[in-house]
Amino acid sequence: MRSRTIPLREVHVWELPVRIYHWINALCIVSLCITGYIIGNPPAFMKGTEAYFNFWFGTVRFIHFVSAFLFFFNFIFRIYWGFTGNEFSRWYNFIPLKRCQWKEILDVIKVDVLQVTSKRIDSIGHNSLASLVYFITFLIFLLQCLTGFGMYGAMSSAFLPRLFGWVVPFLGGDMNVRQIHHLLMWGFILFALVHIYLVFYHDYIERRGVTSSMIGGWKFIEEDVIERHENKTEECPKG
Amino acid sequence: MKNQNPTFYEEVRGNGVSRRDFLKFCTTMAAFLGLEASGVAQIAKALQSKPRLPVIWFHFQECTCCSESFIRASHPIVANIVLDKISLDYQETLMAASGFQAEDAYKAVMQKFPGEYIVMVEGSIPTENEAYCCIGGRSALQILREAVQNCKAVVAWGNCASAGCVQAASPNPTGAKPVHKVISGKPVINVQGCPPIADVMAGVVVHLLTFDRIPQLDGLGRPKAFYSRRVHDTCYRRANFDAGLFVESFDDEGAKRGYCLYKMGCKGPVTYNSCGIIKWNDSVSYPIQSGHPCIGCAEAGFWDNGPFYQHLPGVAGFGVETTADKIGVGLGIATAVGIAGHAIVTNIRKHKEIINEPEEGSNVETTKES
Ligand code: HEM
Ligand code: HEM
Ligand code: SF4
Ligand code: SF4
Repeated sequence: MRSRTIPLREVHVWELPVRIYHWINALCIVSLCITGYIIGNPPAFMKGTEAYFNFWFGTVRFIHFVSAFLFFFNFIFRIYWGFTGNEFSRWYNFIPLKRCQWKEILDVIKVDVLQVTSKRIDSIGHNSLASLVYFITFLIFLLQCLTGFGMYGAMSSAFLPRLFGWVVPFLGGDMNVRQIHHLLMWGFILFALVHIYLVFYHDYIERRGVTSSMIGGWKFIEEDVIERHENKTEECPKG
Repeated sequence: MKNQNPTFYEEVRGNGVSRRDFLKFCTTMAAFLGLEASGVAQIAKALQSKPRLPVIWFHFQECTCCSESFIRASHPIVANIVLDKISLDYQETLMAASGFQAEDAYKAVMQKFPGEYIVMVEGSIPTENEAYCCIGGRSALQILREAVQNCKAVVAWGNCASAGCVQAASPNPTGAKPVHKVISGKPVINVQGCPPIADVMAGVVVHLLTFDRIPQLDGLGRPKAFYSRRVHDTCYRRANFDAGLFVESFDDEGAKRGYCLYKMGCKGPVTYNSCGIIKWNDSVSYPIQSGHPCIGCAEAGFWDNGPFYQHLPGVAGFGVETTADKIGVGLGIATAVGIAGHAIVTNIRKHKEIINEPEEGSNVETTKES
């Protein structure tokens, strides 16, 4: 048997609300990408029948809209949690306002992306590059909600979609809004590809249990990293 | 000699229109404008009592299809709107005068009715070089700016005057701009379409006459009465859309059965117009009813949103045939290749970390047992 003994401690990084948010978000995105793609390119698999008997395209759109509402409120919740959650989920992780965060971004690029040097990245929650990418992703979430509800406004007189009435004139007409909405779908798909790969990558290399951290909430962190975090002598305190 | 400023009613009665026909017309217009029953009386009263509306109608960079549409309005009385109800003291296509007399005619309107006359514009205005459109030695921009100074409101007919239409399509060699982009301080009513539906044009004029104020406009300056509904939401083929029954080519069975034209590039879902309700040519039909997808003629930039027979436009900078999906798939493949490459490199370069040999400077202790 091969084993190793190293001083590790478990840290509760993702509280239950963050985990629930994450999986609702992931499911919504999968559902929205699939239904959205079908809305953009409906397969014409039915012939020789009358409209009276069918409603499948309407159902696909309905699923898109239900997922969209869920996605939207889930996202709003995450923003709220960025101000009340634990230190790893707070907003300041995501916006690199400090010099050391930019330094860490460079380090991550060198260590994990280009792999030209080897060095341990100390951050316990997200590393600074991951955080920045999540921040950009959040902006894309926002844009997708704006364009989505902007389009939805045309078919609803409900309060929420009406709040987005300014979007269509602002972006220069429905066609542009639709085009942006459709293009952004690919942003989501590319993000998911890279994101899932990187979760596997970090788990493989760092063995802090990052995959299961989004399930159980805990990560294994080296003791010295935790000590420095607690003494505030770490390289890049984010709070 | 006739009354100097006869009312519209006097005019049409003089032309042999019966009172019954007159009231029918008022009712049709009230219906188009979405007014309640009392609106009929309001319109009838306005047309019987108010003097004609002084109008100056300019033609700039355009094809005259708006005028052509207007004079083909479904109700016979609408022809009288053009010729009598609004006094077309200056309308380059229809007026008898020419040369200096014509110029005098519109200057006279500006002097006689300051603050009352309406400026109606067909066509876009060149700004790249004003000389691209000159009338009587003056540029469109100069003429328009002077004319709107004392006007009551501006009506921008059609896509050209409302959004630039084909002249403003990429690369827009004349720097064509719609009316609302070159003037300020006056309300502009954008009566969209290429051309606008004749009855919509008539409806806007009747509204101006009856209520003495501009109709309610949407975010893009279009009268809500006619442009608040999507072609898609008023389309009689909509049931086929929801059922997922699509025309795949113009000669397939679906086309014969009248399936939805979404996959043929129908822009109904992104276009606001009254085609599905008022229809064209005396409400005989409209493009979708005739089996052709909507090309979105009532929307800004519709020429650049082509090809007409494709659901989404090409992506700017990638060519017209390149849709968002082609780019997306390309990037997806590139990303997958990148990921595979990165995974391979990782296994080579990070070999030490993966088998967990202690690294220099790290305090990881490793024990190996077997
Ligand atoms: C469509 C699929 C997915 C999307 C859109 C997605 C999105 C996200 C987002 C936005 C975050 C930032 C969370 C926050 O702090 O609020 C995140 C973090 C995370 N996700 Fe996902 N995720 C997806 C799938 C997955 C999967 C399949 C796994 C694991 C098997 C996973 C594991 C994680 C982990 C471990 C983190 C924390 C990352 C870190 O600490 O660096 N995700 N994800
Ligand atoms: C992950 C997020 C989302 C993705 C990937 C996505 C994707 C798509 C795609 C690809 C289309 C087809 C566009 C076309 O080619 O015509 C679409 C349509 C649409 N989406 Fe989304 N969408 C997302 C979120 C939303 C949200 C939050 C809303 C808000 C209500 C929304 C509302 C709509 C509407 C109204 C349409 C037009 C449907 C129609 O007219 O038939 N989407 N979406
Ligand atoms: S034909 Fe066009 S407007 Fe009519 S339902 Fe289909 S997509 Fe909509
Ligand atoms: S169906 Fe569409 S393209 Fe055709 S006239 Fe109406 S708005 Fe214009």
